[in-house]
Amino acid sequence: MWLFLVTEIMFFGGMFAAYLIYRLSYYNAWVAGSQTMEIKLGAINTAVLICSSLTMVMAVHSAKLGNRKLTSICLILTLVLGFAFLGVKAVEYHGHWVHHEVPGPNFHFEHEGNYDPRNVSIFFSLYFAMTGMHAFHMIIGAGLLTWLLIANARGRFSPEYNSPVEMVGLYWHFVDLIWIYLFPLLYLISHHHNG
Amino acid sequence: MMETASHTTEAKTNYLNADYGVKSWLLTTDHKRIALLYLGSITLFFFLGGFFAMLIRLELLTPAGDLVLADTYNKLFTMHGIVMIFLFLIPSVPAVFGNFLVPMMIGAKDLAFPRLNLASWYIFITGAGFILYAILTGGVDTGWTFYTPYSTTYSNSNVITAALGVFITGFSSIFTGLNIIVTVHRMRAPGLTWRRLPLFIWANYAASVIMVLGTPVLAITIVLVALERLFHLGIFDARLGGDPLLFQHLFWFYSHPAVYIMILPGMGVISEVIACFSRKRVFGYDFIAMSSIAIAVLGFLVWAHHMYVAGISTYAALIFSMLSFFVAIPSAVKVFNWTATLYKGSITFETPMLYVFAFIGLFTIGGLTGVFLAAVGIDLHVTDTYFVVAHFHYVMVGGMVTAFMCALHFWWPKMTGKMYPEGFSKLSAVLVFIGFNLTFFPQFLLGYMGMPRRYHAYPPEFQVLNVLSTAGASILAAGFLMPMIYFAWSLQYGKDAGPNPYRAAGLEWMTASPPPTFNFDETPVVTWEAYNYDEIDAADQNKGVEVAG
Amino acid sequence: MTTEHAHPTVKTFVAVWAALLVLTALTVFVATLNLGPFNAIVALTIATVKALLVLLFFMELRYSTALTKVAVISAVFFLMLLAGLTLSDYMTRGWSSYINPFR
Repeated sequence: MWLFLVTEIMFFGGMFAAYLIYRLSYYNAWVAGSQTMEIKLGAINTAVLICSSLTMVMAVHSAKLGNRKLTSICLILTLVLGFAFLGVKAVEYHGHWVHHEVPGPNFHFEHEGNYDPRNVSIFFSLYFAMTGMHAFHMIIGAGLLTWLLIANARGRFSPEYNSPVEMVGLYWHFVDLIWIYLFPLLYLISHHHNG
Repeated sequence: MMETASHTTEAKTNYLNADYGVKSWLLTTDHKRIALLYLGSITLFFFLGGFFAMLIRLELLTPAGDLVLADTYNKLFTMHGIVMIFLFLIPSVPAVFGNFLVPMMIGAKDLAFPRLNLASWYIFITGAGFILYAILTGGVDTGWTFYTPYSTTYSNSNVITAALGVFITGFSSIFTGLNIIVTVHRMRAPGLTWRRLPLFIWANYAASVIMVLGTPVLAITIVLVALERLFHLGIFDARLGGDPLLFQHLFWFYSHPAVYIMILPGMGVISEVIACFSRKRVFGYDFIAMSSIAIAVLGFLVWAHHMYVAGISTYAALIFSMLSFFVAIPSAVKVFNWTATLYKGSITFETPMLYVFAFIGLFTIGGLTGVFLAAVGIDLHVTDTYFVVAHFHYVMVGGMVTAFMCALHFWWPKMTGKMYPEGFSKLSAVLVFIGFNLTFFPQFLLGYMGMPRRYHAYPPEFQVLNVLSTAGASILAAGFLMPMIYFAWSLQYGKDAGPNPYRAAGLEWMTASPPPTFNFDETPVVTWEAYNYDEIDAADQNKGVEVAG
Repeated sequence: MTTEHAHPTVKTFVAVWAALLVLTALTVFVATLNLGPFNAIVALTIATVKALLVLLFFMELRYSTALTKVAVISAVFFLMLLAGLTLSDYMTRGWSSYINPFR
């Protein structure tokens, strides 16, 4: 699983590299775009994911101890928190759509600052690509958690055999890791900028 | 003690006859059967890519663009590239011979994740399906490199379908690489230390590292291209402030290491075969092993040498140029070490060895012309001409396909238990060599004189060389078609090979041909160094077996 | 691929979780201040600390084999390569201008 996560690091890394390059080239546009992000929602999502990581870790721990019921509870909690994240994200996306911040024919951006409006479209393109890819990975994660729940209910895990739980845990934490970097990069670092 | 205890009778169960029926093949988790599944599929794709090549060469017989329309020609060279690279070259040695041999060479029963291995093949076929669908519904005309903004904005062809196909086959590559890395780390037989491993393992391991680190970047690049084409995002679109060059950076970050994915396993094959037919340990084992790793790492540092004239800064071009010179060094180390292996060896000229000599010569030419291209000053003149085309065909066909044929001939007896007719195989090796040089050497001259690549028409003064090239291509085609015939023939009428027809070193030769499903009757315990040909030959002489040389 | 190694305790997990939440609050707070270029530096540093906590404790990288650690480090390294060398192009594009020495 670690090797697979290496590939995921490189996969997301390509987008991070693109983001970095464009941020350096179109700094003002990046600031303008960044300042329209809703920090509160982003922060809530960060907290949600951190909690889900805790519940995931507890699920792995319970599986290792052979505690089926606790494992199920923790897995369900993780799943719920994951859906909460996706829900908040959906709210955010809807907000962007309503404010004409989605690139495409509907795009219309107005904000103070000395920037080229076309470049803001790129910021939002990368925003949607990166958070969208992240959300897609979360959906896959939710699927994996559901599979674990079913397998656990059937009594497939024990202190001797619980590596699937551990592997899914690694994947889930990885998705959390990506968000830990997405949050400051997209929401925070230009939030307060004096021009 | 070189042969397995049980002397095989005709009826002994091996992996081929262990189970019958389509389901037993399509649902197998035996790495050897999966290797054959790959072999069958990539052979088909090789001939498909060859078909496109034939149309290209036919068009280029005459200066005017008279066989096909310009747009069609664009589709031909695009599909030739996509099919040959993604559906043949990238899987070729790792997925066929890597799958078959890696567990056997380390004394294991199978790869680390057998079901993932089968999934890998199905993913490969799915991706190939998308690409075939793209071909059948009108093709793609962007060039296999999918450069933006043509691919994202202007092309009218099936870019997304083809790109999706490539994306999916990328996962096949990643999973195979993952499997090989874990297998080599965790499943070696007792006594088999890293420095006793065959160099084929080192080569495939290094290639697998590249697969794991590089392919995901191609994946994300393709995703971004698809998103941009669908939603007009503008990441690579200059009208929206995007940079088309960013696509090229991301694309070549994978695609340059990809060429090392293609060639490293081939180099591993050469190491094995040259040792066998010189009856000598490979010279400088440590250096060859380390050079495989070096190529894998350095290969990631040079990608922008594909972009010297695309608009990158001159300073960046200089940096990449210098790095590109460095990456040639480990390859040169290998060539010198192979040559030194020949020195004072007992050389015989069986068919695999003919391919080895072809490889060393042709790869050296291809590699050296690569160094020429690394120099920015030269590249300015010959970039996007036939010089580049000749260069990469020398390394990929003269290098990689030659190594693939070498591997096919060397391990065919192990995989099928049958020997192929040596006379015909030598003839086809010679045909391939002659045909190849006749096809591609004129292209160096053409490129140097200025004929651009990807053009379906050219000035009349280039015709003679183009005709030579097409003539060579037909000889090359014959050279590739012959093995199809005699290999098929050998399955029915070939001589029984026995476990070790070439008296080669390596664990894979210490079990029956074809091997039993779980490879070894008992797990071997390795107490000897790799390439112990002196011991093998001494033991053979004591037994009265004829020793080469 | 279960490897036997030491495990963090539940107490450790909860402590890490609390630390992560505190760091999140901290980074949001710092974002509301105007520190100029330091905003980015502080935010990314905090993010890296959070990432390390998740990697080392939740993903138990601290207790994993050296090989796993090498794998993760090499992924990050190659990512730096991608970003760094590509940037070398973008950042030096404005540098070259033809200066006629004979003018």
